[in-house]
Amino acid sequence: MESLSVFGGASVLAAETAESIFHASGWFLENAWLVPAFPALSFLVILFFGKRFPKGGSEVGIAAVALSFVFAVAAGIQWIGQVNSAGEEAAVDAVSSTWTWWVNGGIDFAIGTLVDGLAVVLMFVVTTVSLLVHVYSTDYVAGDRRYTHFFAFLSLFTAAMLFFVLSENTLQMIVGWELVGVCSFVLIGHWWEEKPNSDAALKAFFTNRVGDIGLLIGVAVLFFAAEGTFSVLELNKMAVAGEISHLALLVGACALLAAVMSKSGQFFLHTWLPDAMAGPTPVSALIHAATMVVAGVYLIARLYGVFFEGFSIAGSSVNLLAIVGGLTTLVGASLAFVQRDIKKVLAYSTISQLGYMVLALGVGAWTAAVFHLFTHAFFKACLFLGSGSVSHAVHSFDMKSDMGGLRRWMPHTYKTFVIASVALAGIPPLAGFWSKDEILAGTGGWGLAGGTGGNGAYLAMLIMGLATAALTAAYMTRCVYLTFFGEFRGHGTPHESGPRIVVPLWILAALAIVAGWVNLPKGFQPVPKGWTERFGHYVEPAADYFPSIAHATPSWTLAVLSTVVALGGIAVAARYYFGRVRAESPAATEMGRGWTKRSKLAAAGHTLLAKKYYLDHLYTGIVAGGIKGPIAKAAYKFNQDGIDRVVNAAGERSVKAGHVVYDIIDQKVVDGVVNSSGVAPHLAGEEMRKMQTGKVQSYAGIVFVAAALLALVFILVL
Amino acid sequence: MYVSQFAVLAAVLFSIGVYGILVRRNGILVLMSVELILNSVNINLVAFGALRDNIAGEVFALFVITVAAAEVGVGLAIVLMIYRNRRSVDLSEVDLMKG
Repeated sequence: MESLSVFGGASVLAAETAESIFHASGWFLENAWLVPAFPALSFLVILFFGKRFPKGGSEVGIAAVALSFVFAVAAGIQWIGQVNSAGEEAAVDAVSSTWTWWVNGGIDFAIGTLVDGLAVVLMFVVTTVSLLVHVYSTDYVAGDRRYTHFFAFLSLFTAAMLFFVLSENTLQMIVGWELVGVCSFVLIGHWWEEKPNSDAALKAFFTNRVGDIGLLIGVAVLFFAAEGTFSVLELNKMAVAGEISHLALLVGACALLAAVMSKSGQFFLHTWLPDAMAGPTPVSALIHAATMVVAGVYLIARLYGVFFEGFSIAGSSVNLLAIVGGLTTLVGASLAFVQRDIKKVLAYSTISQLGYMVLALGVGAWTAAVFHLFTHAFFKACLFLGSGSVSHAVHSFDMKSDMGGLRRWMPHTYKTFVIASVALAGIPPLAGFWSKDEILAGTGGWGLAGGTGGNGAYLAMLIMGLATAALTAAYMTRCVYLTFFGEFRGHGTPHESGPRIVVPLWILAALAIVAGWVNLPKGFQPVPKGWTERFGHYVEPAADYFPSIAHATPSWTLAVLSTVVALGGIAVAARYYFGRVRAESPAATEMGRGWTKRSKLAAAGHTLLAKKYYLDHLYTGIVAGGIKGPIAKAAYKFNQDGIDRVVNAAGERSVKAGHVVYDIIDQKVVDGVVNSSGVAPHLAGEEMRKMQTGKVQSYAGIVFVAAALLALVFILVL
Repeated sequence: MYVSQFAVLAAVLFSIGVYGILVRRNGILVLMSVELILNSVNINLVAFGALRDNIAGEVFALFVITVAAAEVGVGLAIVLMIYRNRRSVDLSEVDLMKG
């Protein structure tokens, strides 16, 4: 606390003073607000003075993010030191620094930072990827008409994301959440002069608004359920301790899930994410792959007490969170197969991997989810930046018509892309394997030799996960073949990109190899005992704001099985593309008389995927446009043919009997009254219509006359 | 202190403004007439504020000036757009809202 005296009213909240809880402290942990402050400042500087800098403001952005990176790394090192000094078993409390934002109605609205292992990981991921993307962008968007503007918003996005990650309370989370949404909107529509780009930006924004309502409702429900607190720590503690009713937790968690589904592209609100690829590629890498889209996953991980208790994850075999994640991962992976656009393949792959993370959280494998978030950020950012490098060379994103055989001209891009693809496919010993395997083990579904002890028996999720592993390996093989193998199908001669593009690619590729080694499974014999599960040890909270989740024991059988499945996916796709397609012609992108040509069922399946499961048609054609169209017609038809027929048959006799009454009373008396009462307003309306001349001056005249009359009344009466 | 003189001046300005608004067809002249009305009110505010030795009148006049500046900014922008679309600022031609 003494170290905070510099900042006036600041105070460090000590949570509970139980004996076993270790209170972490440290200058960088307590002053974590500096991490988002640098890019926030750089946003303002670039926005107002950016054009006066020799390099258009990009150097300011890079410097600010580099500073953030240094501070984030320092905070990470300090956190690791604190956990170490606490000892293996002690629970380390999060470092929470709060200031009063404003006081209203007796409620203290706080603003502050909450730093624990989870926040430290996210800070590291965001600043690392952001720094590399900044450097990459100086080449990628060089000479762009809104170069300075682009860097200003990259800075704002970085600041907003870090602000969100460090949120101490749910209100602050809403602010960060909306800010990253706005940045996403602005950057998707960076080239807004072309209609599809601004349409994509709007689609992203509006789809996210749907989920934002859920966020608002969820935060409000939890606020009242927890007797008036927004604090993340308090909410989690009360949820874990059972002080909030289960119903309130369930409702709150469901509402928050809506927010997660829109922001993290979960099925069925994922449709905006592929369209968001209309933005510049560095933006796709930073915002729509590595950081912003994991905000939803982070939200669940941050409020895990609420979700864990609300969805009763422990001791169950199915829950909403796991189902949403499982469906998303399958839908995303299957859609990635039919894309021609390399970025869309990666976008659907991102959706699929985000589904993996949500699935992991749904089955209680918290550490696995966060670990996958960590590894995925690096290899997916590498893939996106690689696709940007390719498009830089061939001026297109279309794999089928403009790519092929690029490995000859772009060796660096090719190598890094393949490394990241293999990492994504989950082949050991690259990063994706370790995190994916941990998720599969976490489902605890099969009870495979040694693989027991998860939070429940999530067999269905294990199968979905394995199926996705095969699909992922296969579609990445297809993507790599279409881009880098075969014969070049585009125009001109491609060229390798410059060092500012290639160096970030290699850094990310290196991370895609090593990132998985930070959390080797428990009992992994080849390394000393102290080297396994480091990530889980430093990141997963053991304090009272975190539910007591069961940890699955890793299983060799499962690891081998998932590797075989992934290799099988690669083998099938490789046999098709490297074998048969290439045999037909080096420039071919599919078999002339392939499976989809010969089998009607396969063709129908292909159409279903190519039309993205008709979800876009559902939203724009049926839900949005159709409420007053087809559905109204259908309802009318049902009314006429269905209900009316029944009513008619039943009522025919009574109608006949009542015919006389109808003629006299209804037609003459009632209708007469009704009609004449309708005629009067109609005539009056006809007369009044003439007053609506549409001319401003006649309206003004009426206003003046009325005012004068009013004044006259005042003078005469008062 | 001849408040009546100020009041008469304000009334005259107000009437000129109303006349301008009702009969001029040029959009810009109508906006100018609106300004006249606003300023006649300002004169009243300041005059009565001075009469009652109350600063509130002058403060209100300042507020009115500020709002008037904003209003004329918006108004001129609208007139400009009308001019761009129709090559004329004749208000009698602008009657798309006719019922």
